[in-house]
Amino acid sequence: MAYIAILLTFIFINNFILVQFLGLCPFIGVSKNSENAIGMGASVTFVTTVASVVTWAIYYFLLVPFQLEYLQTLSFILVIASLVQLLEMVIQKISPPLYKALGIYLPLITTNCAVLGIAIINITNSYNVMEAFTAGLAAGLGFTLAIVLMSNIRERLDLQPVRRSFRGMPIAFISAGLMALAFMAFDKSLITNLHLV
Amino acid sequence: MKGNHMKELTKGFFKENPVFVIVLGLCPVLGVSTQVSNAIGMTAGVFFVLLFSNIIISALRNVIPGSIHIPAYIVVIASLVTVTEMVMHAFVPAVYSALGVYLPLIVVNCIILGRAEAFASKNTMLDSALDAIGMSIGFGMGITLIALIRELFGSGTITLFPVGDFGGVINIPWFYDNPVRVLSLAPGALLLMGYLKAFFDWNTSRKKGK
Repeated sequence: MAYIAILLTFIFINNFILVQFLGLCPFIGVSKNSENAIGMGASVTFVTTVASVVTWAIYYFLLVPFQLEYLQTLSFILVIASLVQLLEMVIQKISPPLYKALGIYLPLITTNCAVLGIAIINITNSYNVMEAFTAGLAAGLGFTLAIVLMSNIRERLDLQPVRRSFRGMPIAFISAGLMALAFMAFDKSLITNLHLV
Repeated sequence: MKGNHMKELTKGFFKENPVFVIVLGLCPVLGVSTQVSNAIGMTAGVFFVLLFSNIIISALRNVIPGSIHIPAYIVVIASLVTVTEMVMHAFVPAVYSALGVYLPLIVVNCIILGRAEAFASKNTMLDSALDAIGMSIGFGMGITLIALIRELFGSGTITLFPVGDFGGVINIPWFYDNPVRVLSLAPGALLLMGYLKAFFDWNTSRKKGK
């Protein structure tokens, strides 16, 4: 049950983009069409899930025994950077069209706040390894949900008459704000009402 | 060449304002802008990290091999962020806990890596330091403006730092009784950012039209 609570928390209640604002750069940058949004969402989900488990292991098996907790930020970002590099090579090999489509944004996952964010949140919440895995997966899924919804909104916005000064980024932010307003319906009380904790 | 140095300093204020014009590093801008004091704390963190990362990277620009420059920059930035975290934890614990996860996330703040890549790796130490100061001031103005609007309209207060008898929180009479709560919540940040960005875009295009 605790795992379902974590899933619900990170997908809906504390959605990474709409509530915590982690990963806004790719959210605004890659959400112009839904195909790229799905690709970006999938790669972010993969990276957050793997990174959660790997950073958890590094923290508890390497940093804690040697009392090096203060190296958390430094070691996490290096691990994430190498992971992204690996993912880049894998995608290039498996699906060249997807690699071409994501192009510049794939290396940017390294500097995606969502990935380092979930790694740090796992440690702050003192999750065990399974919980960290679930949280990483859920954070990625929440990111994917938001970016795919956003890309659909923006595809429609392209066909609408929008005032010139609002075109592009401003209207994207305002749409995201309205979406966040809808996501406020998912409240913390959802977890207690469903008797998940 | 004095004019050139001034230009490096002032371009970050308005012309290349990192928040509203380049639109980089928005996670902390929207995440911690619920209170003015958090915005100032965040600016201090970004200022310290950006200034020293620009100086160090500019000093090492001829030493770092091109193929591994990004990892090298990240190590420099991450070390500086760790220093900032430890200093803030020790001296301003309230700000440290208010900034929470956004403080270590300065590492992945696009402004810092962006300036290292676009500016410090190609320019002298003096210019890089001036660029960092200008960009930090631009960042500070952006985040403080958003925090001011969100806190004033969202809860009718302005939170600064407690000094002596002054408790740190100023209540603004009329706004305190009629708060627009949504502004202090997450959706308000996104909506406000949208309107402010539209305003700045309009302002830029109006100036170009003249």
